[in-house]
Amino acid sequence: MVRFENVGLRYGLGPEILRDLSFEIPAHSFQFLTGPSGAGKTSLLRLLFLSMRPTRGLVNLFDRDVSLLSKDEIADMRKRIGIVLQDFRLLDHMTTYENVALPFRVIGRDESSYRKEVIDLLKWVGLGERMDALPPVLSGGEKQRAAIARAVISRPLLLLADEPTGNVDPTLGRRLLLLFVELNRSGTAVIIATHDIALMDQYDARRLVLHQGRLHIYE
Amino acid sequence: MDLGQDRPQVAAEARNLSPIVPRASIAGRALVAVVAIMTFLASITTGAVLLVSASAAEWQSEVASEITVQVRPLAGRDLDRDSAAVSEAVRTQPGITGVQPYTKEESAKLLEPWLGSGLSLDDLPVPRVIIARVSPGSPLDLVQLRSRVAAITPSASVDDHRAWIERMRSMTGATTFSGLAILALVIAATIISVSFATRGAMAANRPIVEVLHFVGAGDRYIANRFFRHFLRLGLEGGIIGGGAAMLVFGFSESIANWFSGTPVGDQFAALLGTFALRPTGYLILAVQAGLIAAITAWASRRTLLATLDDIE
Repeated sequence: MVRFENVGLRYGLGPEILRDLSFEIPAHSFQFLTGPSGAGKTSLLRLLFLSMRPTRGLVNLFDRDVSLLSKDEIADMRKRIGIVLQDFRLLDHMTTYENVALPFRVIGRDESSYRKEVIDLLKWVGLGERMDALPPVLSGGEKQRAAIARAVISRPLLLLADEPTGNVDPTLGRRLLLLFVELNRSGTAVIIATHDIALMDQYDARRLVLHQGRLHIYE
Repeated sequence: MDLGQDRPQVAAEARNLSPIVPRASIAGRALVAVVAIMTFLASITTGAVLLVSASAAEWQSEVASEITVQVRPLAGRDLDRDSAAVSEAVRTQPGITGVQPYTKEESAKLLEPWLGSGLSLDDLPVPRVIIARVSPGSPLDLVQLRSRVAAITPSASVDDHRAWIERMRSMTGATTFSGLAILALVIAATIISVSFATRGAMAANRPIVEVLHFVGAGDRYIANRFFRHFLRLGLEGGIIGGGAAMLVFGFSESIANWFSGTPVGDQFAALLGTFALRPTGYLILAVQAGLIAAITAWASRRTLLATLDDIE
């Protein structure tokens, strides 16, 4: 599903922050991406989400060389990828329900066709009572759950999550991890970037460890 | 996804969805005002060009349907007899439908505004004027007429007003050219204003654009969300500006009537007729307002797609 070959990334004329990354993410797989702060986890997720291009090397996603993709093809490919960012990126003028339903709206689905699905998921992540609230009045944890719900609602083939449990208590963190596991069982490849050891210890999965710009894989 | 026993059973109700790009996030009033002002100026310019063109065309057709024959006094010749002979020659010329020779008294009347009344013209070499109406559609042989008139008296000359018509044509052409130049400037200013407004709206809504990119929306989809707002703003501005200009022309006849009898009013009436725009004129103004709205929409769409290209 994802293949990196000798990928390097630098910002401007600075040093390479990712060096010679070569790895594969198989379909239906589950992995944690970890490493110290500043190791390049978010940059690697951005490469995987096609919001950045590598300075060198080959990135292959869904059997396509991403360097050859047009903007429209990138947009189409992103419909198959869900992403949860640390800063949530919710739209403040839309309710929680509308934010979560956004991926469906963008592909032109009728509201009645996804309404129940969205409400079910909001209940599942504990936002059933907050679905009509606007993001500015949500707590950090609630925003995080809304962002996760938006990323998983369309059942993407690949889910990228950047510190998805960073703002929730351990109980809810376990519940969200269970959501990712459920999603993985239904066929989604999951990559969770975290430096929360306790979270990783709760689920036995492949670990990708970034250290000084290089990637070490522990199966 | 199997949510097991935790799957909640909720009644689904229809919801009114918020617009993806909120209307309030776009500086709409300022843009509507700019488009309205531009449309108003463009409509006034076009209306004025139409009025001048219509009056000039009317003048031209009037002047072109007449010729003037002048018989100048010559020593040793009887001016009255020469005038009568020339009148007769013109009358019998094919293509002439009527002849109106001016008598000495009528000629004096024509000069009265300049020379005053009660002046004897016997000592002044005032030429006699003969106005002949040309039948529309039948060609008039001016060369033959000139030679026939010259055979009667060498002091007679035929004027078909070509110089006047040429001058009129160049005046109308200059007015139309100026109008088109003003229109081009107005349209250029509209495009620039709309591009700035669009860039401002895009900058203000950049977080929305980024999130839409995250959920897989293409540039065309995002541009359309903004485009709807700009199309509506353009239409609002076009209707307000074009409507105001039409009202101005609608009331202009009444306004011209207030000034009738005054020197200014009479000069305007002589130049522009009754100041009233014909129905086709109003139609042209309406089409122009629609065109400016369309230009607004096109300019915003072009800027949207160019700006989206720069946002990852």
